[in-house]
This record gives sequence, structure tokens and C-alpha cells, in this order.
Amino acid sequence: MKITKVAKAGTLESNDILIMVMPNKSGKIELELESIVLQQFGDVIEKVILHKVKEMGVEGITIKAQDKGALDYTIGARVETAIKRAL
Amino acid sequence: MPGNNPGMLQDAAILGADSIILDLEDAVSLTEKDSARILVRDAIKTIDYSQVEVVVRVNPLDTEFGPQDVDMIARVKPDTLLIPKADEEEIKLVDTMLDKIEEEEGYLAGSIKIIALIETAIGLATVYDVIKASKRVVGVLLGGEDLTSDLGVSRTREGEEIFYARNKVATACRALKVDSIDTPFTDTNDYEGLAKDTAKAKSLGLTGKSSINPRQIEIIHSVFAPTAAELKHALRVLEVMKEAEKEGKGVCSLDGKMIDAPIIKRATRTVDQGVKLGLIRDEGGAT
Amino acid sequence: MKTILGRELPAYIEGYGEVTPFQGAFRDAEIKTRKAVKLTSVNPTDRKVLDNLEQVFDKLNIKDGMTISFHHHLRNGDHVLNMVVEGLAKRGIKDLTVAASSIFPIHESLVEYMENGVVTGIVSNYISGPVAGAISMGKLKKPAVMQTHGGRARAIESGDLHIDVAFIAAPTADTYGNINGVYGHAACGTLGYAISDAEYADITVAITDNLVPFPACPIQISQVFVDYVVQVESIGDPAGIVSGTTKITKDPVALIIARRAAEVIKASGLVKDGMSFQTGAGGTSLAVAAELKDIMQREGVVGSFASGGVTGYLVEMLEEGLFKTLFDVQCFDLKAIDSYRNNETHQAMSASMYGNPHTKGAVVNCLDIMILGATEIDTQFNVNVTTGSSGLIMGGSGGHSDTAAGSKLSIVVTNLIKSRVPMIRDEITTITTPGESIDVVVTERGIAVNPRRVDLIEKLRMTNLPLVTIDQLKIMAEKITGVPKVVQLLEKIVAVVEYRDGSVIDVVRAVE
Repeated sequence: MKITKVAKAGTLESNDILIMVMPNKSGKIELELESIVLQQFGDVIEKVILHKVKEMGVEGITIKAQDKGALDYTIGARVETAIKRAL
Repeated sequence: MPGNNPGMLQDAAILGADSIILDLEDAVSLTEKDSARILVRDAIKTIDYSQVEVVVRVNPLDTEFGPQDVDMIARVKPDTLLIPKADEEEIKLVDTMLDKIEEEEGYLAGSIKIIALIETAIGLATVYDVIKASKRVVGVLLGGEDLTSDLGVSRTREGEEIFYARNKVATACRALKVDSIDTPFTDTNDYEGLAKDTAKAKSLGLTGKSSINPRQIEIIHSVFAPTAAELKHALRVLEVMKEAEKEGKGVCSLDGKMIDAPIIKRATRTVDQGVKLGLIRDEGGAT
Repeated sequence: MKTILGRELPAYIEGYGEVTPFQGAFRDAEIKTRKAVKLTSVNPTDRKVLDNLEQVFDKLNIKDGMTISFHHHLRNGDHVLNMVVEGLAKRGIKDLTVAASSIFPIHESLVEYMENGVVTGIVSNYISGPVAGAISMGKLKKPAVMQTHGGRARAIESGDLHIDVAFIAAPTADTYGNINGVYGHAACGTLGYAISDAEYADITVAITDNLVPFPACPIQISQVFVDYVVQVESIGDPAGIVSGTTKITKDPVALIIARRAAEVIKASGLVKDGMSFQTGAGGTSLAVAAELKDIMQREGVVGSFASGGVTGYLVEMLEEGLFKTLFDVQCFDLKAIDSYRNNETHQAMSASMYGNPHTKGAVVNCLDIMILGATEIDTQFNVNVTTGSSGLIMGGSGGHSDTAAGSKLSIVVTNLIKSRVPMIRDEITTITTPGESIDVVVTERGIAVNPRRVDLIEKLRMTNLPLVTIDQLKIMAEKITGVPKVVQLLEKIVAVVEYRDGSVIDVVRAVE
């Protein structure tokens, strides 16, 4: 599945994550992650984002994420919303 | 609490309320309806809400959002859906939708409940029928702000204008044995006003009150709490009943009055309330 | 070698010296000595007033490697520390140790002096802002020495911390060196953190922007300790010193924590006539004070004293008759300053009287109830208030270890989770206060009591409070957030954390 436009979901509020998605030409899944808890949870956040993208069967997508301490359920929800908005 | 706010969803269960309303309607802007729906769905799936009743207020069924809300949220089995601008037709519609979803998902039929938000003139006028429209309806929430708006009158601190509405709702709910929840008190800095307003609602027979700020919860609980005397009496009733059971007696009496089933039930409810509010310790006094 | 808490420490640290490892909050009582001070006596014809800072520096003959000290009563409005260090830097002085009781963002210029070697050592009880970050990144040549408020006084009085020149920012000073903090444009109230400096430094200089004719009234630091007096344009910016009144939090979760803490206090049986209480100045801490006030009013309890840094809230409690007196080591707001100036039951205490463990008895020993904060807590109840979870220095004990050790009931109030990071860990980044001093941890999701306090556990079981073990709290948190990866720090030691008695309880390593 491919997305057709740029879209975002979430906010920069505490406990939330701002996800921006855009289609890319490489056909791969590319992720840029910023987080206030990068050292402690960076790996986990990356895993959650990529898992949701794969689960939704999306390719050729670049994701920019700015995390403010969001829990996994929030991360997954925001990624899903952004992708759906970008279809 | 606003359904699009992760911080609030995470803390909702520990604020002391008996039920939490995760709102997809008025507290969420039109452009974020999708976002909130997905977030609330995932919150219900992940967060430990076992200590509270999870209620989700969906959008009105005649908007593009309402049906999508019901479809997505019902599938993760919240305890209850709060239906805004409720009338007979709306409730019947939701009831049918839920029947279908419960079957598809393999949930026990009728397990998802409904609270009808009475906030229109027609809803108020037909509240008895609204409740009867579905077996799932476990309560009515009175929406004073929207109701007075519909009636074209001012909403005031004293609440005279909603006197009839409170009475009618309390009566219909009592008749059909469901909960009746009063409209929120909107001045979050006025605790005295809140206490008065809550006491008024209680005196008219309403069984609960909604809170729009966690700081209101304690006062609401204290107004609805059984008094020390009521608690003492209730505990004695249960004690006497236990004694009677032990001795194999079928009936018992306290202070010259016979203790029958309704009295035992009320006493049990009172004691449970007391335990829940931390007024007495749960030593298994309530059966 | 290891401390009694299991922390691995080197026997010797370059730039610090030999390490005495922490062996418990109350090591064997030994005879302690207060050091003797060499001073130049002042004759009737001598004048103390100098015309400007340059003259002061000329007279003082400050050399490379000296230790200069400052108090932090002007907080983030302080001009004096920057003024003095800048003046010395201009003269080509190097290798200074700055012993400032606390360091704030306004002291940012220190970073440059750290980088070019003017300042190579720092001794402080609380470090925030750019200086904290710079130390964490290894920009200070010698490891910073982080002490407690009481420990600093101990170090000064025993001679462990030798001060060559104490520069005392004086809101009011007279021409013979008497100092007070209650009058003047930069009034700050009490001067608790300046007392030991003035008494034990080789030379003491009063820097004021309000020079008054002799004698000043009141006198908080006496002329007998002051060598020179100099007037400058401004010693500090009132807006940065105090900012109105500190307010109680409105955050619903914090209020729940405060309520629970109050219930713990009530259940402990300590709420009775003659009780004493201290809390921090943060929003949650004040909320606990508010809850306690309600309980005291309802039960008609009159306490003996409230202590610590004093806010307008405590002043109100004093004025309403809930406490007989206040012991004030620093004023946090204008209301506190006014009260100290006008109300004789609002008393000052020096940092030494407050928390020095090597005197004939500090105020913390008399304290019943103490409310504390934390950045991290481990399953042994050890508490970190020195570094954040990323390893960066963001504070320091201040009075934390002192009050925790002395008080009958010490309660840490904290959210269980902050920005996804669990508060409770198996191992914390830095141990500031040992678990033996911490009795209860109160969070919004549960309350853990130190297993040592069997008496307290008994009492709390009689309530409806959600008692859990500290391990259960940790698991509860991790279930919500996931298990955090431990932050990797470098080998280099950038700060030494000294306990009240001068032993080393932990070290802080550089961040990447």
C-alpha cells in the first residue's frame, strides 16, 4: 500500500508524539526519530512505529517523529492516524 | 476527558471517579475526530481501566463521525457508550448496531451498555421511552447546558430552569431502575456552589453527578456518601442478618422492624458505598 | 572500594583527593573540632570601606588556586558571583575554586571561565542551568564537589573546606561591616547560607548596593567577622531573587499525591500539639502543606515549628497560629521577607544550625515530618536528586539528605512516571540520600513504606491507603512504560557527591 500525500497526526504536548508521513521514492520505510527519552526508549519507539507501518502494509514512506514521552499505545495510534490521512 | 489527549487518558483511572467518560464529541475538534477515535480505541485496549467504568461518548449518529465511532469503539468492548442528543430512535439504532458488532466479535450479547444523554427537549419529553428503547440502557445523563440552549433559556448557578428536567429524569430512571446522573457544575473554582448543586440533585432523587474536573470528584462523593449514622445502621442490619443465617432463622428483625430483602439490599449498597469511599474498611462486612 | 550501599568508588580521585566511602548516615560519633580562624585584628583607626571592587582585589592579594565563596540568597537575580569572578579573570587570576552554596542559570558566565581555566573547581549544594550542563560534559578541570546544606557548613567549620575569601552579597551593610538582608533594593530576608562563610573564611568582604551609616539595624552578620565593605551599583535583580508567591499546584494527579501524603502523615500519629514540619517550595510540596493545614485546623493542633526555605504559605500558617515559630534558612518570596523583618516569631537559622551533623544538635534533629522530592528512587529507597534520568546534573541535595536523616518521618512525594520514565529503578544514576533515611514513597498509584519502618507499616495498614512494596511500584510503572534502557555514561568523574559528614556517597560521571 502506498500513501499519496503528506499528513500528520499527534501533537508536541507532553505524553504525545507528532508523526509526519510522506511518500518517498526509495520505496523503503525511512524513519527520523527525535525523542526526549531517546536513550531510554529510542529502540522501543522505533520498533513500535515500524511495526505499525508494516502491519498496515505501507511501503515507500518517510516518517518524521518528534516524541515527548508518548507511551506505545499513543505512538501506534498516531502513526495509524497519520497514514490513514495520507492515503 | 478529551479523547485526543494521551496524558489525560493515561491518568483517567486513578483520579477517583467511578466512571470515566472518554469524549469523542464536544471535546474533540472536527479535524481531529479520526485521531481521537483511534487513540481512544488503543487506550481501551492497552490501559488498565479495571478499577473504573469506561464510558465513551460517541458523536451523534446523524453525523459522519457517529457511526464510525460506534463501529470502531464497540469492537474493543468499552463498558458503556454515551449517546448524545439521545432520543428513542437513536437508542434503537445504536442497540441494533451493537447487536451486530457483539455477534461479529463473539462478545456476550448485551454486554456493552448505553447511557442516554438527555440534552434536547424531545429527549427530555420522551425520556421514559428513551430508556425503554433498549435493554442496554443502564442510566441517563442529564445535559443541562445543551438542554437549556434547546429550550431557549439561560443556564444559571441556582439551576431553577432545570428543576423539572432533574425531577423528570430522576423519576423515569427510578421507575425503570437505572442510574440518573446530574449535569455537571461548570464553575470549577466554586466548591461551595458545587456542594449545594450536588445536594440539590441528590435531594431530587438523582443517583449520581458528572464531574468536569478531577477536583470536583471528592465533593461529589462526600455529598452522596452515606452518613456515619446511615453506615452504622447498615452494618448492624447486615450483622443481624448474618447472625440469623447462622442460627438457621429465616427472618430477623432489628429495632422492632422486620428486615426483608429490600432492606438488606439497601444496606448492602450503603456498606459497599462506604467501603468504596473509604469510610469503612472492607472486612467482608458486605456480602 | 565500596560504600555501604554497594556503590563502587575509586580510593583516590584526581582533583579531589582520597575518598572516604559512605558508611551510614550516622557513623560513630567522634569528637569533632571546629577549626581555628586566623584573622587580622582591626584597630580603632582602621577603615573597612573600600571604593570599588578593584581596590578590594588590590588589598586582598588574591592568588591563583584560591577558594572564594558566595551564598545564594539572591538566587537567579545574583550579580555578585559573576562580578567577582569577572573582575578576577581580568587580573589574570587562574585556578580558582568557587564555593557557591548554589548555582543558578544567571551564573552562565562561569562556563566560559571553566573552559579557559580561570575556574577549575566548584563546591556547591545545588547546581542548575548551563553550569550544570557544562560540568556534566566535563568542562571543569577538577571534579565538582557536591555537598548538602548542612554538610557545607560542617566542611567550612571543620576546616575541610578552607575559604580564602568569602564575598558576601549584602542587601544592607554599614561602614563597619554589619550586614542584614531585610532592607535594601535587593532584600532577600535571612542569610542562613552566609553565616559559616563569614565566620570561618580567612577574609570576609561585604559587597552591598545599600551602604548605610554605622550601625545597621538589625544585624544578621556581625562586624566582627567582616574585613572590608564595598558598595557597587547593584548586587542583584529583585525580579530574579524572588518572584511573587509560589503557588500550590492545580495538577489533579499532584493533588491526589498530596492528599495521600497527608493521610500518611495523619496515620503516623505525628499530628499533635508540638509537631514540627518542613516541605519544599514546589507546587506538590505546597499542596501537602495545604492538606496538612486543613487537618491541623480541623483538629485544633498547634505545632511547635515549621522550617526550611520559607514561603508565604508557611508564613500564613504561622500568622494563623498553626505553628509557634518558623526556622528560616532562606526566604523564597516577598511575603517571607516581610514576615521575617516584622514578626519576631519568624526566626532565622544558619545553614549550620539547620543541618550540620557535627554540632551539638541541628534543627533537622528536632524535625517530625519532612516532605521531599526525587528524580529517581531505587528499590532500596535510595534517592537521587542530583542528576536527571539522562545523567545530567540538574540539582543536588540542598537540604535533602540533612532533613531526611534528621526527621522522624521523611516522605518522598512524586509521580510514579515522568515523561514515560519510571521513577523507581533497580539502580539509580546517582545516590544522593541513602535509603535508611527515607521512610515512605507516595505516588498516585501506590504507597511504599521502607521495610525498616515496621511501626509505620502497622499504622498504615489500618487505613484504606493503597500500600504496596517498592518492587511492586517499579513493576507497576514498567508495565505502563516498558523497561527503560540504562543511560550510558562515560568513565570520567565530573562530580563527587559528599554526604553530610564528608564521606563520599557517590560520584557523577560525564554524559556523552
